[in-house]
Amino acid sequence: MRNAVGREIPDALLTNGREVYQGRNHMDGRYLQKAAPKTRRYEKPQESKVVESIAQALRDCGAKSGMTFSFHHHLRDGDYVVNMVMQTAIEELGLKELTIAATSLGAAHDPIADYIEAGKVVGIQTSGIRGRMGEVVSAGKLKTPAVIRSHGGRPRAIEGGEVHIDIAFIAAPTSDCVGNCRGIGGKSNCGSLGYAMTDAKYADHVVVITDCLVDFPNMPASVEAIDVDAVVVVDSIGNPQKIASAAARISQNPRDLMMAENVAKVIASTPYFKDGFSFQTGVGGPSLAANLFLEQYMDERKIRMGWAIGGICGPMVELLKKGKVGKVIDVQDFDLDGVNSIHQTPGHFEMSASQYANPANKGAFVNKLDFVVLAALEIDTGFNVNVLTGSDGILRGAPGGHPDAAAGSKCCIIVTPLIRGRMATVCEHVVTVTTPGDCVDVLVTDYGIAVNPLRPDLIACLDSAGIPHVTIEELKEKAYSLVGRPDDLEWEDQVVAILEARDGTILDVVRKIKPFTLD
Amino acid sequence: MEILKPAIAGTLESSDAQVTIEPGKAGIELTLTSSVMNQYGRQIRATILEALERLDVSNARVTVVDKGALDCTLKARVECAVFRSCGQSAANIPWGGVVR
Repeated sequence: MRNAVGREIPDALLTNGREVYQGRNHMDGRYLQKAAPKTRRYEKPQESKVVESIAQALRDCGAKSGMTFSFHHHLRDGDYVVNMVMQTAIEELGLKELTIAATSLGAAHDPIADYIEAGKVVGIQTSGIRGRMGEVVSAGKLKTPAVIRSHGGRPRAIEGGEVHIDIAFIAAPTSDCVGNCRGIGGKSNCGSLGYAMTDAKYADHVVVITDCLVDFPNMPASVEAIDVDAVVVVDSIGNPQKIASAAARISQNPRDLMMAENVAKVIASTPYFKDGFSFQTGVGGPSLAANLFLEQYMDERKIRMGWAIGGICGPMVELLKKGKVGKVIDVQDFDLDGVNSIHQTPGHFEMSASQYANPANKGAFVNKLDFVVLAALEIDTGFNVNVLTGSDGILRGAPGGHPDAAAGSKCCIIVTPLIRGRMATVCEHVVTVTTPGDCVDVLVTDYGIAVNPLRPDLIACLDSAGIPHVTIEELKEKAYSLVGRPDDLEWEDQVVAILEARDGTILDVVRKIKPFTLD
Repeated sequence: MEILKPAIAGTLESSDAQVTIEPGKAGIELTLTSSVMNQYGRQIRATILEALERLDVSNARVTVVDKGALDCTLKARVECAVFRSCGQSAANIPWGGVVR
């Protein structure tokens, strides 16, 4: 069946009431029956929940083949916990047919590719998939199609019971002996533990893995002891050097700066740019640099940003410290400046993934966003964005909070160079739709700005501010005139990944790519 | 033009291509790898073969490692490799002739 972004979704996937994507806010007003976990009673007072090993914790939690284990990705490319747990479960306990439900997976998890090839891991549910895992899944070696969700779609699916977590693993920079966890105060700090919060509330069992046991009570706790079955102390939960980069620096690249300046111009031309406005930005070069130019416009008009959300990094913390933004609400930290600020700088708060972006709760932060500035691998003439698959059709990215912030915000700006190497960023059809075009408002490139025709109000704003803009078709033609018109990718029938829209409908599927031959 | 000795041009940087050319006897034997193979492999091959034909190279082993170079870059790298392989790169480059 064809969906609202023109993608053909195989009928075989439309079972158990699953629908194809039918447009923004399609599920609004419907009711959701929340699922509840089956949790064990610990009535008899326990002095401590610390057990000697991951294997012991797995046994205590009744780990068996066929289960779903959940993980969160605050340790990013420095994470050791996913590999540690899966190795213990598979090699020590001999478990198989496991499903990994992670908030994201990255290059740190390359060893999991072997478990997929060996048929030990049969399901992957994640936002991001990259490296070798992306390659083996793209090659059709995972037994079931991977399910890719946004950061808001995941808590929706967990709360609605579409994903049932048997055991959640919390990688905790600090924990006390009964499992009160924080993302700070230890030796492998990651700051916010926002993505782990929903997992801890909805999993049958919760195991905390920490490398820094602190005195009870570890307060204020991000994951609470009332949800935790066991605590395991290991030598290291991750490589702090890779958890967060030293600092997300503002780009010096003149092309990035020019685009960033235009982003700020567009923002300043809209009626939403007034005292108390709200803002989210990615950490890509031009997105982050937009902060810099935005600050100039804020000073000029003598206004302050009310609040900012998202993945947080240094430049946003700077604005907070200077009093130019009222509050920063943080689901994940991208650099050490963010890590070292959360719960320390007044006004820098932590939030859960559901609070951040879940479309099925009663109002996530993204719904109150005025502006979001995001990057894209590709954007097509329908304003559909791809941030998941490369130009070779291989999984190598992550929707993250992109679709959520785009859908919730009043003005979603995509900033991207027109071409990257020989790849046309602005194209006729993106490889995979990860954010639907009806949620994207403005595109800023180094060759011009285009406004989604669905937003005549924004077109009028740009016109009255004297900001030149063109159609997105013109930008696409410009890109193709530079790099040539790309050949269509050739696919096999097998679906290797299902791309869920944030509301749980199917936005797109990724198929197995046909081996390419020149002749 | 006749390929007299092995020669190389270009780098493995993003948006560049590294072209290696060696003497051969069996026409043009092209080995191509590219970071944008699926979408542009056929166009890249056509661009390389066209450049070789324009330079009147009919026997050579050509290896191209493309990192997303534009056509103009590909042509320039092929031309440079060919001129180096027949000792013409220091002088006598036919600017405005076969090199356009």
